[in-house]
Amino acid sequence: MYDFTPLVQAIQNYLSAHFSPGVATAIEWTLVILIYLAFYAVLGLVLVYVERRICAFFQLRLGPNRVGWQGTFQTVADAIKLLLKEPVTVNKADKLLFNLAPFIISLAALMVLSVLPFARGLQAFDINIGLLFIIAISSIGVVGILLAGWSSNNKYALIGAMRSGAQIVSYELSVGLSLITMVLLTGTLQLSGIIESQANGWWIFKGHFPAIAAFFLYITASIAEINRGPFDLPEAESELTAGFHTEYSGLKFAFFFLAEFVNMFTVAAIAATVFFGGWMPFHIGDWEAFNRIMDFIPPIIWFFIKVAAIIFLMMWFKWTFPRLRIDQLLHLEWKYLMPLNLMNLILMAILVYLGWHF
Amino acid sequence: MSELVLTGPETETALTQEYFINMGPQHPSTHGVLRLVLTIDGEIIRRVEPHIGYIHRSIEKMCEHDSYRQIVHLTDRMDYLSCHMNNEAVCLAVEQALQIEVPERVKVIRTIVSELTRLASHQLWWGVMGMDLGAITSFLYGFRDREMINDIFEETCGARLTMNYNVPGGLMFDIHPNFQKRTKDFVAHFCTKLPEYDRLLSDNPIFRSRTEGVGYLSKEDAIGYGVTGPSGRASGFACDVRKRLPYSAYPQVEFTEIIRTEGDCFARYKARILEMWESLRIIEQLIDNIPEGEFQAPTKQVLKLPKGEYYQRVETARGDFGVYIISEGNKSPYRLKFRSPGFSNLFVLDKVARGSKIADLVAIMSTFDYVMPDIDR
Repeated sequence: MYDFTPLVQAIQNYLSAHFSPGVATAIEWTLVILIYLAFYAVLGLVLVYVERRICAFFQLRLGPNRVGWQGTFQTVADAIKLLLKEPVTVNKADKLLFNLAPFIISLAALMVLSVLPFARGLQAFDINIGLLFIIAISSIGVVGILLAGWSSNNKYALIGAMRSGAQIVSYELSVGLSLITMVLLTGTLQLSGIIESQANGWWIFKGHFPAIAAFFLYITASIAEINRGPFDLPEAESELTAGFHTEYSGLKFAFFFLAEFVNMFTVAAIAATVFFGGWMPFHIGDWEAFNRIMDFIPPIIWFFIKVAAIIFLMMWFKWTFPRLRIDQLLHLEWKYLMPLNLMNLILMAILVYLGWHF
Repeated sequence: MSELVLTGPETETALTQEYFINMGPQHPSTHGVLRLVLTIDGEIIRRVEPHIGYIHRSIEKMCEHDSYRQIVHLTDRMDYLSCHMNNEAVCLAVEQALQIEVPERVKVIRTIVSELTRLASHQLWWGVMGMDLGAITSFLYGFRDREMINDIFEETCGARLTMNYNVPGGLMFDIHPNFQKRTKDFVAHFCTKLPEYDRLLSDNPIFRSRTEGVGYLSKEDAIGYGVTGPSGRASGFACDVRKRLPYSAYPQVEFTEIIRTEGDCFARYKARILEMWESLRIIEQLIDNIPEGEFQAPTKQVLKLPKGEYYQRVETARGDFGVYIISEGNKSPYRLKFRSPGFSNLFVLDKVARGSKIADLVAIMSTFDYVMPDIDR
């Protein structure tokens, strides 16, 4: 019903008919790049606004509500402010690495975005190793953080970067393991394939206990991986002022800021894809009428509802919990999450082997 | 910067260099212009060296040129969160020197306002404590309840923070007709909100792991360094001036001196939370029993203290606050010394924080509840 494949195919046919194959491909690429860059920027702005409003309501405040309707243009105003600010570079900073770091982080965030399926046919790259690609690319972000901390010539930034390195390297294992647990069920790493495998029920319902456990393990580990509270040690503002981006200002700071929020979206989108059926609508057994109504809601809306719910969960965590200490953070990963994940993986393997899942 | 020196394959140790880092004077969790020079090995603190003086206003020297009535308002500017208790200390010292008998009404009102100030101070501390540990929401919860107290003060004496409500011999104004009602409303409100504080922070496993067993201060060290107030009492040092040397209306009221023996951050935290309950108890006992009478004892136009030395201690929200006056019989003191609790509490930091992590230092500083103007004066 809501399939984007014909639309994409039509554009492809139109371009192939009017241009030589090389030019057509180039135009397609440019279009995709422009769309994703615009989406990246808008997503960042929207998420910053949403975060500020939600955190305000958690904290008995109103949040931004003056610029535009309900303050919706506040983030736009802030973005303009950041654009006009002077980009200060510290003396004795390593200029090249200092300027490179924000781009590496943005690049990682943007590349992960490219494999996410928003709806049927609405996906830039549908590669057969989608999940592996995501895990691999999201690790590049840590290089940016390390470079930012190292090149700033600031001890606070350096401590933040080192914390970040230890944290992300550790928590990647849990993210990977919890996703592998689900791959046992899906049988494919391709993201569109993962969604198709949930056509008759989401994995979180079909996968029994191990799937639910994997979801919670994934959420915990991925919040740590994207440096959000309560695991926001690399930028612990009460300890390290602003951590690795202490010395960044203006637009370069905005890049870090945007990447952080887009990463949050990415993580939520992966959770929605793997555990909650991506853009698959919610169905209950054989309630025909109910299922028909659910089908009526476009898949892209379904996708964003699920992502929004998970993002809300993450914000809830952030605005409720205190921050962990670095050693406690690593204990949590190596002594609890990792063993739990491995046990969960074995449990899931047994479950799949015996065919107990639905 | 840490410099990695690998010493070859025969010794398997990698030598790292200790480095120092300036925490402050501009830093989010030094709560003012405190500068700490930390010697750090990775994330582990080897030495803490507090440097003060960034907000020194020579209040003690200024006092030597001011009349006793003028001195009172300078004390507001020291520990601005315990301003009422600071004022009270100077007033009590002057009253003791001039042998002024203040009316009962004044004593009771002073006690109630003191306890309200203590509550406001602890509410702010609780909020900031959460914020230091990364739970920013608690900050606004603390401020929500503190706002009610500030409103009461505003109605009573026109000021919200530096109240300057006491004068030698009594109070500057009588209480507002709404005072009792609003205070009772606040007590009823806050009795329901204090358990919320426990739900948000005290019972949170992350918060517990960040504070329990962190920043241990032994009873001997607490006494040796003169750590007073809730911080000292959390190490088992019974130092509540309200119990040891009762002043104003404290002899009439029943309350428990909160003493805990763990001596860690959580004990200091819990001591303050429990102290808030005690403050509420004191206010509940007194608010309906404010005696009728004058709000000021008659005093002379110019106060001249007889030649001699006078010392008065009060319990502020941070601990034992003392005023030491040497008078030559003039209208201003020859020398005036404030014993501020924050000063002693600050210099135990090195002892407590050694060997812990940077994140622990923030928690430790938060539980000692430093207010920089109090330390620098």
